[in-house]
Amino acid sequence: MNIIVLAKHAADPESEIRVSSDGKSVDEKGLVFDINDWDRYAVEEAIRLKEEHGGEVVVVGVGYSDDTLRKCLAMGADRAIKIPLDAGMDSYRTALAIKEAISGESFDLILAGLMSQDYNNALVGVLLAGMLDIPFATAVTSIKVEDGKIRVVRELEGGYGEENVLPLPALVTVQSGINEPRYVSIMGIKRAKSKELREVGVEVGEGFIEVEKVYTPPVKKAEMIEGAPEEIAEKLIQILKDRGLI
Amino acid sequence: MRVFAVAEINFGELDPVSVELLNLANTIKGDGSAEAVVIGSSISSHAEKLAKYADKVWKIEDASLENYNPELYVDVLLQLFQKEKPDVVLIANSSRGSEYAPLLATKLNAPIVTDIVGLDVSDGVKATRYIFQGKLLVDVLVKQADTYVFTVRQGVFKEEKQASGEVVDAGIKPSVTPKREFSQIIEPEAGEVDITQADIIVSVGRGIEDASNIELAEELAELLGGVVAGSRPVIDNGWLPKDRQVGISGKTVKPKLYLALGISGAFQHIMGMKDSELIIAINKDPEAPIFGVAQYGVVGDIFEVVPALIDKLREIKG
Ligand SMILES: Cc1cc2nc3c(=O)[nH]c(=O)nc-3n(C[C@H](O)[C@H](O)[C@H](O)COP(=O)(O)OP(=O)(O)OC[C@H]3O[C@@H](n4cnc5c(N)ncnc54)[C@H](O)[C@@H]3O)c2cc1C
Repeated sequence: MNIIVLAKHAADPESEIRVSSDGKSVDEKGLVFDINDWDRYAVEEAIRLKEEHGGEVVVVGVGYSDDTLRKCLAMGADRAIKIPLDAGMDSYRTALAIKEAISGESFDLILAGLMSQDYNNALVGVLLAGMLDIPFATAVTSIKVEDGKIRVVRELEGGYGEENVLPLPALVTVQSGINEPRYVSIMGIKRAKSKELREVGVEVGEGFIEVEKVYTPPVKKAEMIEGAPEEIAEKLIQILKDRGLI
Repeated sequence: MRVFAVAEINFGELDPVSVELLNLANTIKGDGSAEAVVIGSSISSHAEKLAKYADKVWKIEDASLENYNPELYVDVLLQLFQKEKPDVVLIANSSRGSEYAPLLATKLNAPIVTDIVGLDVSDGVKATRYIFQGKLLVDVLVKQADTYVFTVRQGVFKEEKQASGEVVDAGIKPSVTPKREFSQIIEPEAGEVDITQADIIVSVGRGIEDASNIELAEELAELLGGVVAGSRPVIDNGWLPKDRQVGISGKTVKPKLYLALGISGAFQHIMGMKDSELIIAINKDPEAPIFGVAQYGVVGDIFEVVPALIDKLREIKG
């Protein structure tokens, strides 16, 4: 089973997020980058499928992604392809670039994260499936391989799921919690050094969006309770008493 | 402008987001039309209901459309859109909508923007959406195209815009055999505690840091006579069972008190708890979006505030 897995080097939403002075982008200072959380689950799932069914795992990153690709190699991916393209927020260009870059690869399955933790578009996977004209499923929480097919469960609202069967080759985007991603071991890091990380340049035309403005959302503020922990506790208890909750 | 809203049907029921899509359609259509598309089997009553908000409702009915399938949905929509040329197509940013919308966009060669919370078509096409899990907003200009596809966040366009349209049978049947086969619906797992029935919920987020710290929340919940629930990462990490997840892909709760500990307040979480009678949030980040839905907020460390709260409650209970 040959698997291509997409991994993005993405800013952590928990890092310090500020608008740049041009008002059109996010200030990179203060941002902490790492493998996109959803992709971490996708890489783990790819490696597990390979461990069970054999084959090869090729990880693909768009833009600056060296650290993330190395991490994926250390987790157990076999080789990496880096596409040096700054697609910004435009998922269409990202998907098109990936399509071009993997055109010489043979694969049974493409795995991607449901979305990226920075822009939350949830587009690259399905756009790529559409461009490649292969069956797909999103927000998948379980994958089982059955000869030439996969049986997947995808997440619906309210705790429900739906089971679908897809012939291979197919593309799946995974939802968080599908597995427990492994830690990167020292041995893994050592072994990763000798693995191939190939750069593939591709030309993609213009995208379809242009950022006009990035800004902080207005928030309706809660009434803030201040003081030392004991004072806060007392005030909270008073609120609960007033409401008859204790 | 011809704006088409594709209705969302879940388990045979019309999802309220379908009307929200039409509200947006009516806001942006100008002197054009707001048209609904309903896909499924036995959907006449849904179509009638939508006609109260649309200029026209297109019904695409077939037994093979009973269960959602992205390939079939896109196939029938393409057939309709080849004849009735839409300028804008609105689809719910739901589990299903967000799955087939990008495929539809690729086939229509249309630009797509997902999870929008605002749309302005008065001077070019401009969509507004959140990035970084709700921390920032962005306005994006979409390149000129014949058709645009948007997926729309639920719960945003609630102001109802009445109309009175007719229901038309589109006379369309699926023309492809989908490669992906639907197999079955899987019911949510039932646990020992039903958080939807609880009056008091102590809910923990990633800020709780570790499974062993759940005890702290449990102690507090016990003193308050409530139960412990959590945000998605807490459940993904296996610190609490799946049936304790509050949010869009978990449970919707409406307790008398919702105490949010170390929860950032991502949209998917808020959707599951915003109707609680009293929301109190404790978070060390003063900018956390959870303070936007809470009545009372504490900027502080839960590992300092919660123990203090537990001590005071113990004193009271004696
Ligand atoms: C399709 C889909 C469905 C989803 N469904 C759900 C769902 O049903 N429910 C859900 O909850 N999420 C859901 N999510 C995930 C959601 O987008 C967020 O990732 C999630 O809600 C974040 O959880 P959190 O607030 O616990 O974690 P984080 O966003 O990581 O926030 C942790 C917070 O804790 C605070 N903190 C850290 N340490 C402390 C401390 N010591 N004291 C005080 N505060 C502290 C931090 O400031 C931060 O605000 C879904 C996502 C997708 C894409």
